Amino acid sequence: MTAQQSRTADADSETDAILSVQDLRKSFGGITAVDGVSFEIEPGSITGLIGPNGAGKSTTFNLISGAYTPDSGTIVFDGTDITGYRPDRVATRGLVRSFQIARELPEMSVLENVMLAPQHQLGETLYRSVLPGFRSGVETQERELRERAWETLEFFEIDHLATENAGNLSGGQRKLLEMARVLMTDPEMILLDEPLAGVNPTLEQKLIERLHELKADGYTFLFVEHDMDIVMNNCDPIIVMHQGQKLAEGAPETIKEDDRVLEAYLGGEVEQ
Amino acid sequence: MSEPTETPATRLLAWLTDGDLRLLSVLTVSLFVLVWVLSFFSGIREPGRILSQIQGVAFIAVLYVMLALSLNLQWGYTGLLNLGVAGFMAIGVYTMALLSMPTSAAVPGLGLPLWIGIPGGVLVASLFGALVALPAIRLQADYLAIVTLAFSEIVRLVIRSQEAASFTIAGTRLGTGGTDSLALPTSPVKVLLYEDPSQPAAIAAASPTPLGDILFTAGEQIGASPAVMESLVYTVFLLVIAVAFFWLVSRIANSPFGRVLKAIREDELVASSLGKDTRLFKIKVFALGSGMMGLVSILWFLERGSVTPATFVPDLTFFVFVALILGGSGSNMGGVIGSLVFVVLLLESPRFIRRIIRESFDPPAPPETIFDALSGVDPLLGYFTSQESISALRFILLGIILVYLMQQRPDGLLGHRTEVASNVDLADRQQTEEES
Repeated sequence: MTAQQSRTADADSETDAILSVQDLRKSFGGITAVDGVSFEIEPGSITGLIGPNGAGKSTTFNLISGAYTPDSGTIVFDGTDITGYRPDRVATRGLVRSFQIARELPEMSVLENVMLAPQHQLGETLYRSVLPGFRSGVETQERELRERAWETLEFFEIDHLATENAGNLSGGQRKLLEMARVLMTDPEMILLDEPLAGVNPTLEQKLIERLHELKADGYTFLFVEHDMDIVMNNCDPIIVMHQGQKLAEGAPETIKEDDRVLEAYLGGEVEQ
Repeated sequence: MSEPTETPATRLLAWLTDGDLRLLSVLTVSLFVLVWVLSFFSGIREPGRILSQIQGVAFIAVLYVMLALSLNLQWGYTGLLNLGVAGFMAIGVYTMALLSMPTSAAVPGLGLPLWIGIPGGVLVASLFGALVALPAIRLQADYLAIVTLAFSEIVRLVIRSQEAASFTIAGTRLGTGGTDSLALPTSPVKVLLYEDPSQPAAIAAASPTPLGDILFTAGEQIGASPAVMESLVYTVFLLVIAVAFFWLVSRIANSPFGRVLKAIREDELVASSLGKDTRLFKIKVFALGSGMMGLVSILWFLERGSVTPATFVPDLTFFVFVALILGGSGSNMGGVIGSLVFVVLLLESPRFIRRIIRESFDPPAPPETIFDALSGVDPLLGYFTSQESISALRFILLGIILVYLMQQRPDGLLGHRTEVASNVDLADRQQTEEES
C-alpha cells in the first residue's frame, strides 16, 4: 500500500512519463463508466490494465485514443495535451490502438490492410496520386512501404496470407494482422485492447514473445487483458480498475497480495 | 487451372473473361448488334437511320458510363451513399447556363464564353458536393442518403421556382427559365462543324466548315443527315471524355488515396485510428465525384440544346445506381459494363420492342379501362404497347431484375472484383529486391 503510494507520487513529479492521465471522467446517461482515473506510464514499459468486466478499461482506452471525448480530466502524451483530440490526430502523434474485437478491413487484402497504416504517405494527397509528374514519387514510396509491409508480415508470420482478403483470416490471424497494422504506423506507444482474447496458446506465446522483442526495441505498451497469468508474468507495473476508478497500481507481486484486488475480482468471498 | 472437361463453351468463357478489355469489346459489339437487329425489325432499314438509332443509344450509354464511374468513386469505393446525383447534375448544367447564355437571350445569362461556363459549372457542382459532405462527417451512411436526396429535390424545386425563373443581381438579369425548357449555349461540336453554328441545324448545314464538309459528304453516302453526323461526332467526343473519367477513377482507386477510401468504406474508425483524417478524404471525394456529375450533365444537355428541371427527378439518380449495381459497385469495369447493359437492355430496348409489336400486330388504341384491356388479346396488347405502359413496364422489369440480381449475384454481373489499392503490384516483391 505504501509502496504503491510512493510509486504514484514519483510519477506525479512528471519526470519521464510518456503518457499521463489525470482525473479522467466519462459518463453515459446515468452510468459513470470512468470516474476520476489518474495514472502515468513510463516509456519502454508494458503496463497492464486489468479489472473485472465493466470496470471501465475499454472506455479508458477509447478516451485516450480519442474515440470518446472525456467529460473532464486531461490526457498528456509525450508532452502534448491531447485531451479531446480526434482519433486520427492522436494516432499521428504516435499513440496507436488496437481493438478488443479485431477490426480488420475485410474486403481489403492483408497487404493493403498493412500498407494503409504508415503515416504521412505522399500518395494520400489526391493530386499526387493522379497527376503523372507526381505519381513517380508516390510509386517509389509505395515500393518502400511494400518492402516494410512484407517484413512486418514476416515478423508476425502471416506473410503467406499477404494477398488474401483480410475477411478470410481466422480469429488469431486477425489479431496478428491488427498488431502488424498498428506497428506499421511507426508508433511510440501502443494501446492493446485484449490482443490475446481468442488466440490459441501457441500463438499466444508467439505474440507475447513479439511483445517483448518490441519492448526491447523501445516501444511502450498499455495492455488490457483478462488472463491473470499473462498479466502477472508479462506486465510491470499493473493498474487495477474497478467500477470506473483506479483500485490499485504497482508491481505484479504487490498486486497479487492486494486484498482489495482479490475482493474486486472474486466478490466478497475472500474476506479473511 | 486445368479442367478435364473442356468444352468449346468453357473455352470461350475463359477467353472472354481473360481480359477486361476483351470482355468489354465483345459485350459492346453484341449489344449494338442487338440495337441494329431491333431497329431493323422495327422497320428502320436504311443505313443512315440505323446509324442514327445506334448513335442515340450509344450517346445515352456513354453518359451513364460516366455517371456510374463518378458514383463509383463516392459509393463504390468510399461507401458514401449519394442519393443526390440528379441534384449535382442540375447544378452543373444550370450554373453553366447562367454563366454562358448570351445576355440577349430570352432567358439571359452572363454571356461568358463556354470555356469559363463549363469549368464554372463543374466547380460549383463540386463546391456544393463539399458543402453537402460537411454534415456527412458526423453522420452515418443512411443519414447522408437522406440529406443528399433532400438536397437534390431542393435544387430541383429552386430551379423551377418563380423566383429563380428570372431574377436580377447587381443590375444583371439572369434566370433558370422556371419550369420551362431553358435554351443552352451552342455546343462546341456545332462550332467545329458549321460556319454559322447559332442557326438551326437545317440552315447551318448549308455552310459547313471544311471538317464538317468532309463528314457530311461521308454521311450522305450512307444517307445520314448532317444532324446525325453532328451527333455522331459529339458521341465520339463524349467517348474520349469517358475514357478520361475511367483513367482518373482507376488511378485514384489504385493509389494510397484510394486505399484510404476503401478503408473508410470498410471501417471508418479503423482508418481514423490509424491516423487518417477521414473527414478530409470524404469531403474531397464527394466534391470530385459531384463535379464529375456536373460535367456529365453539362455535356449531355449542350448536345440536346436545352434543359428542363423535370429531367432531374430522383428517378435519374436511381437509374445511375441500378447501372452501377448491375455491373458491381466498387469496380470501374463493373460500372462500365453495368451501364452498357442497363442502357441498351433496360432503358432503350423497350422502345424498340414496342415498335416491333406495333409494326407486326397492329394492336388497337389503348383501351379506356383495365377491364376493357383484359377483355381480349388485342386490347391487352394495345394496353401494353401504349407510350405510358411501356415506361411503366420498364420499371416493373427493372424491379424484377434487381430482385433477381440481389438474390443470385449480389456482387453484380461481373461478380466479386477486387482492384489493388496501390500503384505498385503488391504481390510482386521480387522486383523491389532487385532494384534495391
